[in-house]
Amino acid sequence: MTLYSVIGAGVAGLSVATELAERGAQVQVFDPAGPPGPHGCSWWAGGMLAPWCEYENAEEPVLRFGQEAIGWWSKRTRVTKAGTLVVANKRDLPDMRRFARRTEGFTEVGREKVAALEPDLHGFGQGLFFEEEAHLDPRKALQDLYRGLVDRGVIFHKKIAPSGLENAIDCRGLSAREYLYDLRGVKGEMLIIRAPDVEITRPVRLLHPRIPLYIVPRGDGVYMLGATSIESEDSSRITARSMLELLSAAYALNPAFGEAEVLEIGVDLRPAFPDNLPRIRRLGRTIYANGLYRHGYLLAPALAKGVADLALHNIHSEMVDEDRA
Amino acid sequence: MGKSFYGVELPNPLMLGTAQYPSPAILEEAFRASGAGVATVSLRREGAGGAGQTFWQMIADLGVHVLPNTAGCHTVKEAVTTAHMAREVFDTKWIKLELIGHTDSLQPDVFQLVEAARILSEDGFEVFPYTTEDLIVGERLLEAGCEVLMPWGAPIGSGRGLNNIYALRAMRAEFPDVPLVVDAGIGLPSHAAAAMELGFDAVLLNTAVAKAGDPVAMAKAMMAAVEAGQMACDADPIEARDMAEASTPVIGKAFLS
Repeated sequence: MTLYSVIGAGVAGLSVATELAERGAQVQVFDPAGPPGPHGCSWWAGGMLAPWCEYENAEEPVLRFGQEAIGWWSKRTRVTKAGTLVVANKRDLPDMRRFARRTEGFTEVGREKVAALEPDLHGFGQGLFFEEEAHLDPRKALQDLYRGLVDRGVIFHKKIAPSGLENAIDCRGLSAREYLYDLRGVKGEMLIIRAPDVEITRPVRLLHPRIPLYIVPRGDGVYMLGATSIESEDSSRITARSMLELLSAAYALNPAFGEAEVLEIGVDLRPAFPDNLPRIRRLGRTIYANGLYRHGYLLAPALAKGVADLALHNIHSEMVDEDRA
Repeated sequence: MGKSFYGVELPNPLMLGTAQYPSPAILEEAFRASGAGVATVSLRREGAGGAGQTFWQMIADLGVHVLPNTAGCHTVKEAVTTAHMAREVFDTKWIKLELIGHTDSLQPDVFQLVEAARILSEDGFEVFPYTTEDLIVGERLLEAGCEVLMPWGAPIGSGRGLNNIYALRAMRAEFPDVPLVVDAGIGLPSHAAAAMELGFDAVLLNTAVAKAGDPVAMAKAMMAAVEAGQMACDADPIEARDMAEASTPVIGKAFLS
């Protein structure tokens, strides 16, 4: 029986390994950093399964593939299906009209409905409600995939994959860029805050002329606040400006966020191809699966299916852009 | 025939920004499809140490003239530092000098602008100052060493078009030999065409294309508009008049029926 070696245990690698293992393939995983943790950029993700909201600024496959993600994840980790609420400050209402024009799958809601959905939102008279969207806790999702694989007998090697592996699947994100000439890093910054006095129950997006700001509840008064998107490949630190903008967004949603504790600061680089869509490439004995960009949890299921289709059945999904086996 | 910008003849009067596109692939296609000859690029954020490498390389690879800018700078010192960084990264003397003075309107701080323009010009930069339509400020910028002026049409990103046509026309008349670019505020091709009809030498815009539903189509529309406006300006348009003037002669027709 063929043994597949998945390299990298972030959201891409774990999803690919899961899809392969569930289809009956024999799989092992290599990651020198060990089980999922803060070393991978998917640890720092928002975990929104929001294909309709993302479609506002993304290509059509994001909408189509993204819709499969909610079902895929629901079978493997806890997914909260509470929708997404999009609001804007009064001065940015033209941006909300544009947002509405550029996507679908929402209802327009007024002051009363906004207040009914999220009583703790402060002073928003209009919004867009994307009822079908969902979210998950990315760290729990990674751990659930990891445990599921271990339960299936998949071996995790805490070391660098040996060179010359047969049937390797490289899911290392930006670390694979020496083999993927058109991969770049896009800096993202986020905060984890705790504000026990504020209760927000679903992801809320605050439209902003420059940054798509959002807040995702993680339970127990903990919120993820994200995320900048900067064409820079320096992931060493958050800038004061980014921190100010993220915190101002939370403050605009409810001034009580001013009292929040800042628990964590996350900075990392999202791997992205020029059109910001993921790719599967087979070069020699290795399949590369990469470029999830802002859409790690949203598009990892489709990426995993595409890799499994190629590896097991030689079926080329539309994500395969090059095959030089 | 357009004027030269610090000795460079541009292929056409469209300058496009490079921020806010859905992806670098769409950005590249917008340039390719429209044929815009100048790309502005912001260097301020997290630029030190060449960390923006891949994206900047993509801009350089567009094969157009790169006009780095000092977007987001609020002080002379910041702007001068950013300009030096830009000169190294893009190997160009061109700098679009932007010094923000007002938080809500992003109106330029023209006092600091003149000072920074003088410092940079003396240092060998070729400065493209983002300014208001104020004639005296324009004059001071020229004294400071600028050979191009870039007045706003409307506040950055507002898409409102030309807020003060009278003042822009006065600027054109005051500085007949200086290359003038309407920078900021353009929302529609008709705005861009109007700027060219006033006799401006180019139009610089970003948001109107990058945030359009179809940035590639909008970039092409903007190019068609600036070319139409320039052609119309060169064709010596008619004067507006208060009453109708029939285009067909009426002499010889019965008029007492």
